[in-house]
Amino acid sequence: MSAAGDWRLRVEALDKTFTLHLQGGLRIPVLRGEALTVRAGECVVLAGPSGAGKSTLLRCLAGNYGACGGRILVREEDGSATDLAAAGAREVARLRRHVIGYVSQFLRVIPRVPALDIVAEPMVARGVARDAAREAAARMMHRLNLPGRLHGLPPATFSGGEQQRVNLARGFGAGHPLLLLDEPTASLDAGNRAVVIELIQEAKARGAAIVGIFHDAEVRDAVADRLHDISPLPDAA
Amino acid sequence: MSAPLLAAEGLTLRFGAIPALLGVSLEIHPGEVVAIVGESGSGKTTLLRVLSGQVAPQSGRVLYRGQDIAAMGEPALRRLMRSEWGYVHQNPRDGLRMSVSAGGNVGERLMASGARHYGNIRAAAAEWLARVEIEPARMDDLPRGFSGGMQQRLQIARTLVTHPALVFMDEPTGGLDVSVQARLLDLIRGLVADLGLAVLLVTHDIAAARLLAGRILVMRRGEVVEQGLTDRVLDDPQHPYTQLLVSSVLAA
Repeated sequence: MSAAGDWRLRVEALDKTFTLHLQGGLRIPVLRGEALTVRAGECVVLAGPSGAGKSTLLRCLAGNYGACGGRILVREEDGSATDLAAAGAREVARLRRHVIGYVSQFLRVIPRVPALDIVAEPMVARGVARDAAREAAARMMHRLNLPGRLHGLPPATFSGGEQQRVNLARGFGAGHPLLLLDEPTASLDAGNRAVVIELIQEAKARGAAIVGIFHDAEVRDAVADRLHDISPLPDAA
Repeated sequence: MSAPLLAAEGLTLRFGAIPALLGVSLEIHPGEVVAIVGESGSGKTTLLRVLSGQVAPQSGRVLYRGQDIAAMGEPALRRLMRSEWGYVHQNPRDGLRMSVSAGGNVGERLMASGARHYGNIRAAAAEWLARVEIEPARMDDLPRGFSGGMQQRLQIARTLVTHPALVFMDEPTGGLDVSVQARLLDLIRGLVADLGLAVLLVTHDIAAARLLAGRILVMRRGEVVEQGLTDRVLDDPQHPYTQLLVSSVLAA
């Protein structure tokens, strides 16, 4: 693998503008000509003031927001590259299953589904047998200090920090080659922050490419290979 | 990528001057859950009826496993409806036989698709009642005495007992209390995932669509105004009507 060729994610000239039809068609440009390359084993931390568009970029990379222009090339496991910005819904769903892991700021709680199954689900979707996925999920949850008595419960009644750790276990468990982390340590104590730093370093060591937003300087300094600045665009006239 | 299970091309249907469907095209693949959302009168239920062959479009066609359903003939279509397809009505009374026992309602559909052995049929019915969380002791009771939520769960058991490949669901939680809706949605979510069903789900409940569907189509006045991945359409809506629809939902 050549140094220039081992990128996992390559963003080219990405534009994102929101058009608010209910506000008289108000246009809010957030990203213009954004470019970013992330290599295997590299962790790039998005930096910039609040509201500059860091989360917007991350959501575009996850396919949660649609790009208005440009390309988001994602390296697949077979070595081919797919443009997420141009991919149809089913293609994006496939990339999410096999390539792109995303840890959002908040867990979306599903009624009546136990935490263990929420964590195991992305592994099952990638083809791991259900029992093996549950065992791996339980190990990951223990690592994040989620005791066994919580595994069988739906996380609706969990604290914010516990829900976030369920979210992290889910995001890290399936071993996706590209990980997107949106403030994963926001509601964690020092002990659990240290676990997340370990998980990120292990993911890098296995060759995952990581793009993250971390407001916590300690975590950022521990995991970032480099910072990528996102500057706010001037307001549209 | 797999071939679509069901594909519709350019469906148009007018009731007098009122367009119920205007050039609607869609595809659903095996194991996919696709939600069709929009306000009352947007054409959602009409679309479901056309896709399931109950109403013929004025133009356009519906292909099931590549075959035009209009060319299949009535008996073949009825056979599909009894076996490979399922239809869950908003009102369970439209999908159940109210004068037949709960177990009978489930067993009847099995028999209609060819099962003959009484013991096997009764065992399958009992198993399906358990899967939809109806106590086996209620097996010989008439659905008339069931609550709305139980009737709806019974309709789902009756529909799924033949392991259909494609299920049409028309507002399955429509007439139910909110507490009952959550249980039913979760039940549907679990069954759909376990059985690998393809589901076309008509709903006006955005939260239900988010919970169940991988893809979503937004309809307005007979047209599909926007479609795509459920989370993207709901989090980054492009069409003015979708923006209105999403912004009108109360966050819980």
